[in-house]
Amino acid sequence: MTDHTILRVVSKVILPYVLLFGLYVQFHGDYGPGGGFQAGVIFAAGFVLYGLIYGLAAVRRVAPPRVIEILVASGVLLYAGTGVLTMLRGGNFLDYGALNPLHPAEGQHLGILVVELGVGITVASVMIAIYSTFAGRGRA
Amino acid sequence: MIKQNLLALQIVIPLIAAPLCILLRRRALVWGFAVLVCWLTFGISVVLLRQVLETGLVSYEMGGWAAPWGIEYRADPLSAFVLLFVSGIGAIVLSSAGLKDTALDEIPVSRQYLFFTLYLLCLTGLLGITITGDLFNVFVFLEISALSSYGLIGLGGRRQALPAAFQYLVMGTIGATFILIGIGLMYMMTGTLNMADMAERLVMADGGRTALVAFGFLTVGIGIKMALFPLHIWLPNAYAYAPSLVTAFLAATATKVSVYILLRFVFSVFGVTFAFETLGLGGVLMFLSLLGIFVASTVAIFQTNIKRMLAYSSVAQIGYMVLGISFASTTGLVAGIVHLFNHALIKGGLFMAMGCVMLRLKSVDIEDMAGIGRKMPFTMAAWAVGGLGLIGIPATAGFISKWYLIRAALEQNWWIVAVMVLISSLLAVIYVWRVIETAFFKEPSARAREAREAPLSMLLPTWVLVGATLFFGVMTSTSAGVAGRAAEVLLRVIP
Repeated sequence: MTDHTILRVVSKVILPYVLLFGLYVQFHGDYGPGGGFQAGVIFAAGFVLYGLIYGLAAVRRVAPPRVIEILVASGVLLYAGTGVLTMLRGGNFLDYGALNPLHPAEGQHLGILVVELGVGITVASVMIAIYSTFAGRGRA
Repeated sequence: MIKQNLLALQIVIPLIAAPLCILLRRRALVWGFAVLVCWLTFGISVVLLRQVLETGLVSYEMGGWAAPWGIEYRADPLSAFVLLFVSGIGAIVLSSAGLKDTALDEIPVSRQYLFFTLYLLCLTGLLGITITGDLFNVFVFLEISALSSYGLIGLGGRRQALPAAFQYLVMGTIGATFILIGIGLMYMMTGTLNMADMAERLVMADGGRTALVAFGFLTVGIGIKMALFPLHIWLPNAYAYAPSLVTAFLAATATKVSVYILLRFVFSVFGVTFAFETLGLGGVLMFLSLLGIFVASTVAIFQTNIKRMLAYSSVAQIGYMVLGISFASTTGLVAGIVHLFNHALIKGGLFMAMGCVMLRLKSVDIEDMAGIGRKMPFTMAAWAVGGLGLIGIPATAGFISKWYLIRAALEQNWWIVAVMVLISSLLAVIYVWRVIETAFFKEPSARAREAREAPLSMLLPTWVLVGATLFFGVMTSTSAGVAGRAAEVLLRVIP
């Protein structure tokens, strides 16, 4: 799409805001509508838009498949790891209160934030991986 | 800490290990790690079963939220028994994956780390279904195990593997959707998702038509998942074209866990009175299971691909389990539950032996297997012992299942059913003997002449499974004893 100047310029202007909005939905999920899953999808939509306009190779330069694969795994690990941490601190699995025994409410707050971050990372990287797999069909 | 969180660890350990396999990536590293994790999981289930047999029930509150509001994990004799053999077979099958010269070679090297990831995820899902006391959680774990098994089947080297995986995906998704609709209706009716809580509320709610529809969706959905005849069409292709390790694992565990879901829903949630007396589920299940036993066994006789033949035999064997359940008596349930366990061992062993054959012959066609018994005596001897178990010869595990099944039929004076069970065993004799005759008494085929015995790393796990079928054919107090406890709990003979 090298000759579509309007698309290229407009998408370049929009992209940072798409990613920023993704982060907003992620971290404001405690107070407003949102959360890891929605945030991950919005964040990945930024990459998909970039891929549609600038081509698959450009996306793969920014987000190499190997890195994406590691991110897919590490999001899940962050989630489950939080649960293991609560068990190590004497609580049940995913009992966030155990993260901060003096102020269980704050522990709950922190726990859900970290877990949702894990969800966000995995969802975003899975979306990018699915897009790049389908877009790359027949080329690899 | 470990003792307190045992129920959670049963699931969490394989769940965390699965993404770690992606990070480790190197074949030797991933293999060692995954095998270790599987045996650890098995160890936990052994401890858990001992705890359950002592105390009767172990319960765990996920995230510290008390049931019925939070998600409850709970193990009673039935779930602990299923956990035990699922994790045990998971560990034994994966141990045979070995480092070189193994059935793992059927999977492209670049995707082998994904195989381990999917395998552990599938194990997590199957164990999760069994351990949870929460209805929606059952659905979530069902999807985890199903999605990973579609991936596992698609890893098969032949072209047909992908269509087989896709067919399973379509059928499996329909099944899972039906189950979800059923759960949704029940939630609407009672306002709870905890199984024990729901069982109490269903009695009071007197659900009427909603309960009826929910029950219908659930039984059909679960019927697809456990490949109850005539909802089995996804199974033969999926088992025939999946990599041998995957077939051995799935054939021994996946459909069994689905039967477990049926038992849970029918006996623990809806209750015997509603399902069998009000609705007459017993008659339907008995008709379908007998029909399945005869049709699937007959179809098995005419298969040339031996993995496919064993797959049809699996459909017939599911029939025996469901037949036991359909009596809704203690003996019938013992027959069904003990056959879950016995058939898992038998089919696991048989498919592992087929993995050895596949490794050496690069084919599982009956013509190529001619004369293979002379080149691979240990593999085919294991196959023969497993085959005898499938028929139900005394001193094998299969005999115990059939013994209880026939006793259950005679208790109710259903002579015809007992006779039909015996006649159907003769069909098994035909398809098992066909393979034994070809393997041991025919002139070697071109491929068989080139073959040599399978490596010890694969023979050993195969013989462990086959040996177990002999062990539990003689020492029945363990398997049938636990099954008896499970049946009593299901029928609420003891509270």
